[in-house]
Amino acid sequence: MAAHTSKRMTIAGCEIELLQGGAGPALVFLHGAGGAQSWMPYMDRLAEHYTVYVPSHPGWGRSDTPDWLDGMGDLAYFYLNFLDALGEDEVHLVGNSLGGWLALEIAVRSTARIQTLTLVSAAGIHLAGVPKGDIFLWDDDERVYNTFFDRKLAEARLAKQPSEEDADIALKNHFSTAKMAWHPRFYNPVLQKWLHRITVPTLIMWGDSDKIFPPAYGDAMHKLIPGSTLTIVPECGHLPHQEKLDDFIAGVTAHTARHDTRHNSGAAS
Amino acid sequence: MKFYFFHLMPYQDIDPDFLETNKSSWINLPNTYYDPKKGAKLYHRYLDEMELADELGFDGVCVNEHHQTAYGMMPSPNVLAGALSRRLKKATIGVIGRALPIVENPLVIAEEFAMIDNLMEGRFIAGFVRGIGCEYHASMTNPGFSHERFREAHDLIIRAWSEPGPFEFYGKHYHFQYVNIWPRPYQSPRPPIWIPSQGSTETVEFAAHPDRKYTYIITFSPVASVKNNLKAYRDQCEVFGYECPPDQLGWAMPAYVAETDEIARKEAAVHIESLFNKFIMSPPQYKLPPGYSSLSSYKAVMEGKYKVRQNYLTCDALIENGMFLCGSPSTVVEKLEEYQAEMGFGNIAPMLQFGTLPADLTEKNLRMFANEVMPKVRHLGVTPEVVAAE
Repeated sequence: MAAHTSKRMTIAGCEIELLQGGAGPALVFLHGAGGAQSWMPYMDRLAEHYTVYVPSHPGWGRSDTPDWLDGMGDLAYFYLNFLDALGEDEVHLVGNSLGGWLALEIAVRSTARIQTLTLVSAAGIHLAGVPKGDIFLWDDDERVYNTFFDRKLAEARLAKQPSEEDADIALKNHFSTAKMAWHPRFYNPVLQKWLHRITVPTLIMWGDSDKIFPPAYGDAMHKLIPGSTLTIVPECGHLPHQEKLDDFIAGVTAHTARHDTRHNSGAAS
Repeated sequence: MKFYFFHLMPYQDIDPDFLETNKSSWINLPNTYYDPKKGAKLYHRYLDEMELADELGFDGVCVNEHHQTAYGMMPSPNVLAGALSRRLKKATIGVIGRALPIVENPLVIAEEFAMIDNLMEGRFIAGFVRGIGCEYHASMTNPGFSHERFREAHDLIIRAWSEPGPFEFYGKHYHFQYVNIWPRPYQSPRPPIWIPSQGSTETVEFAAHPDRKYTYIITFSPVASVKNNLKAYRDQCEVFGYECPPDQLGWAMPAYVAETDEIARKEAAVHIESLFNKFIMSPPQYKLPPGYSSLSSYKAVMEGKYKVRQNYLTCDALIENGMFLCGSPSTVVEKLEEYQAEMGFGNIAPMLQFGTLPADLTEKNLRMFANEVMPKVRHLGVTPEVVAAE
């Protein structure tokens, strides 16, 4: 496992936890509803190619829940400050699910710090006639089963008995997810009018069997973001970076290598 | 003591096996289960029952608000209050209550309540609630803002009733350049306010505050927790420096009275069990959406109340834990005497129709309660001097 650190960082009066590991071009991973409070295999694999930064959003994990946190716009502005404070000129920005929505909200505001964008099963838009899964009406088991294509992965996840701290964090993450995404459900009606503002190279990656945001959402996002590339990952649910880690790493490294003009390290492996 | 007949108006003609293919009687139970021909008849039957309560001498009749459910057919209780307003001779109408956070314009509630208060020439009680968790799924209101929106909508409505308009109101969730409701409420400065609750600390502090002194009504709770909650309210009044009068406390519970304890149990059992095991049924994530309560109360409720509710609740168990007041007139009178002495309440809101209880038994129950229970306990829990206008 790559060496990694956890540090605290304060922005806009809010202290967050930031995981960091690896070396190379800077990559910021914006986690989804479930959070990213521990060092995961996908972070480890990314750290073979990049200096990986994984912040826990305000309201998630061991980060503070600030009084000002009312919606995704607040998180977007927070992260614009975060990117200014990180000490990197530009980053490869990767976001999954709610974190993908967040990446879109950041990018329509400013791409000044964004070298490339990778959206993995991203929330943020609405597609008429394509119902999304309702993570708030599913029970805990349904939520896990509907996250993965491979039932065995879901069963393995459910078999794990979380520590009390992890259970509390999971609940905190779920509460914050609701606050951001309850209504309109996992999207911002304004956002899709302005996605054409995103002119940085964008990769959209989607599991072919995503039950939360069906792959038609990836297709719609691809049409809304000029010059974007769409990759559908076969036999994969909502978390390609967990369920199909090799595909995820291959996709991200190829995408950043194609567009990384100043560093030349992204094409390794 | 004052007596308010509280009707939930269940859609009792539903296919009794509906839970075999559905998880819940709320939110996404298909509305194809609702037959308008049967529903229309039920509305008229239930309104007749409320008019009968007026004739029988109940102090008031109460309706409430629930959405997208077979549990109750009252998404808009004010419609029914309007229908009743021209028929009730003496009884007060209590709408206990409207769910404030789930509306986008709380002034609509201020206006409609003021209309009912005018129609009733002051025989009106306004109830305010946050609404149960299911309403947040049905209305898509973000449960994370439930407390904030309740307080803000409440402040707006109270000001709209009691301050001369127009004035401006700019809150976090509600924004109005001109608050100036017509009509103003009949009662001055406003109608009495009831806060039905299942006992959260925040609600107790809010309702008992000397600026408000709202009547605190505990609903659907085992008698032990009714006692704890009403005591918490009385204690809070003391902290605020005043003694809680009986008319500031109430208890709402399903009740059934018949000739003997045995007959009462026999007649009520299947119907009360349908309420607690069918009409009320929904999984925890339906009832407690994330953010509806604090993280700590969420965990406490999941561990406590919902574990209990996973078991089938029998009529005997419900009588035993005091969630259901049932028996002969003397049994019910004895219990009310005992509970009133211990808890000090001055209002009760018995649900004398519940679940699938049919018209004939509901009427019998209403008559026996009115004729054989009310006269014997009416003298209890009377507030010594009724202060005009809180």
